[in-house]
Amino acid sequence: MSLDWQIFCKSTYSEDYAPRCFGEFFQFGQPPGDPTYLDWLLTAWGWTLAVSGLALVIALALGITIGTLRTTAPESILGKLVVFIANAWVEIFRNIPILVQVFLWYHVIPMLFPVLKSVPSFFLVSLALGFFTSARIAEQIKAGIFSLPKGQSFAAQSLGMTKLQTYRYVILPMALRIVIPPLTSECMNIVKNSSVAFAVSVSELTLFALQTQEETSKGIEMYLAVTVLYMLTALSVNRVMAVIERKSRIPGFISPSQSSGAH
Amino acid sequence: MLLDLSFYNWDLIEKFLIKGLLFSIQLTLVATLGGIIFGTLLALMRLSKYRVLILIATWYVNIMRSIPLVMVILWFFLLMPAIIGRPIGAELSAYITFIAFEAAFFSEIIRAGINSIAVGQGQAASALGMNYQQKMRLIILPQAFRNMIPVLMTQTIILFQDTSLVYAIGAYDLLKGFEVAGKNYGRPIESYLLAAIVYFCICFSLASIVKRIQRKVAVIR
Repeated sequence: MSLDWQIFCKSTYSEDYAPRCFGEFFQFGQPPGDPTYLDWLLTAWGWTLAVSGLALVIALALGITIGTLRTTAPESILGKLVVFIANAWVEIFRNIPILVQVFLWYHVIPMLFPVLKSVPSFFLVSLALGFFTSARIAEQIKAGIFSLPKGQSFAAQSLGMTKLQTYRYVILPMALRIVIPPLTSECMNIVKNSSVAFAVSVSELTLFALQTQEETSKGIEMYLAVTVLYMLTALSVNRVMAVIERKSRIPGFISPSQSSGAH
Repeated sequence: MLLDLSFYNWDLIEKFLIKGLLFSIQLTLVATLGGIIFGTLLALMRLSKYRVLILIATWYVNIMRSIPLVMVILWFFLLMPAIIGRPIGAELSAYITFIAFEAAFFSEIIRAGINSIAVGQGQAASALGMNYQQKMRLIILPQAFRNMIPVLMTQTIILFQDTSLVYAIGAYDLLKGFEVAGKNYGRPIESYLLAAIVYFCICFSLASIVKRIQRKVAVIR
């Protein structure tokens, strides 16, 4: 069985082949032609990166906040309520499959809150993915904070630091470094999980694979290209996180090794 | 907007949901069992002394872990008919895919479990004259599995959640059941909400059980 890589240079409208395999991109001053499958593939990759990137920002912001809140052990009723909500948040978003959550954001929530009706599905999927991942990041942040020796926060308090200062200057700088390895696998999971966006017609890599496979019946070539791009993205994320881990390392402080993550 | 759940009666549950729920559970059980069997083989390959076996198993695990599950499902659905020589249904394809995919994840857990057993255990088994197979079957693996029961169960819960992704190839699982029911009665919103609640109840109660077992295992050790 031979593979037909020429298919990527083909116009998506007609049977023509584009001269430089690109119809829209990289035309260097010449008038753009029909988009080719290669153009489409790159656009789809862009959508995958966009969904993953936005979801990652949401997940990190929410996950770090919620994970930290869960460790505060407050005495006031209001504080206890906040911790309860944070705990409930983690249980809810961790125990519903990501695809069901995407459907909830896409079909249900715009109906309940009509303001969201005009929001494009790209944002809704990013929100779904971000909230889903925030629950898992919150778990890791909590585990990271609990893994610190108790003496750290006692020492901070005996220096006269308030609770806020203790977290800001002592606990979080340590905990965030400890959780970099599990965060790395969560970041890679976000890229992989962004593939569920196909179900609500965000034209990212998986939808590209599905559509072009039907359109061209060159499934293997299309799937291979998409798979390689997913692997490339995950690998790049992994490398970037490794650099961050190295640059942020405190001399003499050894972080625990990477735990095996789920998917 | 008001939610109307009155259309959910036993008839509908029987017609649309039971079939999907049964498939989801079956897929989870088959994939867990098959995944643990193949995962153990992969783990033993990676811990063997033959470089070819180590390379094959390592590559297999790393590739499976770096591709989205949806793409793996699509790959198997595309390639299976060509390999077997006749078209196979989405359900059968899902079984094969999930066993192959989950084996990679289970193998990592089981490898960690085997590594958690003190080296002296294996040496003692060898000193008693046990061969490799006896050593693994009677000494190492039983302890490795016991240590890893909570992690294996957590992975099974994730697996149950992941079964909803067979949506990509149109297999009839629990989520599909809810979707079809919602479409047939013109009530998609209530249907998706109920789907979320049902999945949550199942996964949350399973997770609570795992937490309890985790505490027990911790005491034994």
